[in-house]
Amino acid sequence: MATVTATEITKKFGDVSAIDGVSLSVADGEFLVLLGPSGCGKTTFLRIIAGLEKQTAGDIAIDGMVVNDLPPRARGIAMMFQTYGLYPHYTVRDNIAFPLKTQRVPKDEIRTKVAWASALLGIEHLLDRRPRQLSGGERQRVALARALVREPTALLLDEPLSNLDAKLRSSARNEIKQFQQRVGTTTIYVTHDQVEAMGMGDRIAVIDHGRVRQIGTPASIYDDPADRFVATFVGTPPMNLIDWNGGHLGFRPEDFLPREMIENGEVTEFSFFIERSEYLGSERIVYGRLEGRSAAQEITAKLPPAHVPLAAIRPGEWHPFAVRNDALRYFDQSGVRRRQS
Amino acid sequence: MVALAERLQARRSRFEFVFDRPRVLGTLFLAPAIIYVLALVGVPFLLAVYYSLSAYTVYNPSYHFVGLQNFIDVINSGVFRRTLANTFIFTFGSQILGLILGKFGALLLLRPFPGRKIVRALIILPWVVPIALATVAWEWMFDSLYSVINWTLIALGIVTRTDAPNWLVDPGLAMLSVIVVNAWRFFPFAIVIFLAGITAIPQDVIDAATVDGAGFWRRNYQIILPMIMPIVVVGLVFGLVFTFTDLSIVYLLTNGGPVNATSVLGFEGFQVGIISGDVAHGAAISLFMLPVLFILVIVMLRFIRRQEI
Repeated sequence: MATVTATEITKKFGDVSAIDGVSLSVADGEFLVLLGPSGCGKTTFLRIIAGLEKQTAGDIAIDGMVVNDLPPRARGIAMMFQTYGLYPHYTVRDNIAFPLKTQRVPKDEIRTKVAWASALLGIEHLLDRRPRQLSGGERQRVALARALVREPTALLLDEPLSNLDAKLRSSARNEIKQFQQRVGTTTIYVTHDQVEAMGMGDRIAVIDHGRVRQIGTPASIYDDPADRFVATFVGTPPMNLIDWNGGHLGFRPEDFLPREMIENGEVTEFSFFIERSEYLGSERIVYGRLEGRSAAQEITAKLPPAHVPLAAIRPGEWHPFAVRNDALRYFDQSGVRRRQS
Repeated sequence: MVALAERLQARRSRFEFVFDRPRVLGTLFLAPAIIYVLALVGVPFLLAVYYSLSAYTVYNPSYHFVGLQNFIDVINSGVFRRTLANTFIFTFGSQILGLILGKFGALLLLRPFPGRKIVRALIILPWVVPIALATVAWEWMFDSLYSVINWTLIALGIVTRTDAPNWLVDPGLAMLSVIVVNAWRFFPFAIVIFLAGITAIPQDVIDAATVDGAGFWRRNYQIILPMIMPIVVVGLVFGLVFTFTDLSIVYLLTNGGPVNATSVLGFEGFQVGIISGDVAHGAAISLFMLPVLFILVIVMLRFIRRQEI
């Protein structure tokens, strides 16, 4: 177990900056998610922590010790890759034992540790198989067992769920999270999927174009986005943005409700033209535009279907909608959040 | 409606879609290859088998059947036994050397460096240069008087002018020379094979090994090499077959000499059967390649099947 600290990490490929001065620190036992669109530099950052890439500038410290010049094997870190990187010519047993063999752990100890790790992940019955004989979910567990068998200082996970189908993904998400809480390993998890980030992270670092846009708990990322990028990247559908006093005014689709549904508190009213609506079972998404605004600026509302009178949302009609004032977020011209209008 | 459909169907000829049938089309497409192999490999092979059991010579073309007498003659000949041993030394020596050079060449060419593409293109040269040209150049390099190799060794002070090695005259060195030339011809092929194999390994696997604590050697010999083994074995089978049956380098560089020190099966069969005209014994010598190659290929193919990943 350890803390991981990055200070002003910069990585350039030629003239292109993949990472542009990222600083963050991960507490002992914390589950930090790096969330960002593809190509934002999050995987490169993870590889720098692992030692697979060398940063152009900045320091990586593990447990307070700067490890810039240490090779990956001296950092005591385990990493799990997107395609798992299992060794196809080894059995599951030998795959899990490999990190121990490289450290010349005695044979008896290897046997007990492999047994421990495979029991932890419930893959004892797979030990004599080869990776190609396993399903996607089983491969993922083997990769996790291999990463954990030597009790790493920190665990790095690079989009570990992206190769699983949707159903398996949600159960695997749950499993990894529970598992991490049980063993308490400091974990850095890279994903572009906000559902994974919100569901699993103790904290989330939102990354775009090689910069950290915001670090915080899932709730603070969602409720108090630091800028326009975070506001529109997190949340489905994304936060509505309309031009406002040279900047932007934002509100979440679930806060944008028919006027009659908001009973108390101060509100800002809009006249909303309903173009179409989608019924998704647990919710209804309504698309339209606001009076006096460009038709290109599509606004969405997310309504709980049980509580909405159907008359209120007939496509092709205007209807008064409103947002509670405390749900409004203001962003200035450069996209940075402003606390008041 | 029903009557109409029946009439349309009735008008179609049985043979209108004959080329849509896999049996017909497949046979048609395979025929040229099969005829080619049968006519140019199968027939000469059967002919060779028959020659080896006959008393056929250029001077006395008789198909008189002599049984295994030719093979007995050949096995009892000291020159042949020397040749058989040479063939193995030549084949395995040059393949091992070629593979080692190929592995290191591939590792070097995997690293990005300026001009890598040009080097990659140039490195193929030994393989594509006509063998006669290349061997003439090597002959000059191994020459007793003008040897550029000896000149370098003398200039570096490793040997003196008086005890400079006489590459193509000393029996051991002559064998080493033909091995080196053949390895030089083979190693670009080995590089291509290794490069193809290594670049096909997912980067995640190599990265995983690195993070798991494997250093350069362990990564190479416990992860990369086993993973590319199937493709290397295929390359090796090709190399072994071509080298085992090759006679051109020996023919051009040493002519089997000195005193049969570099004579190999292909060369000896050619000498006896074509140059000396003793077709029967030449065929018998050449047929000694067959069981060896057969066993080799079977062993290798079984190995590949077991290794399949």
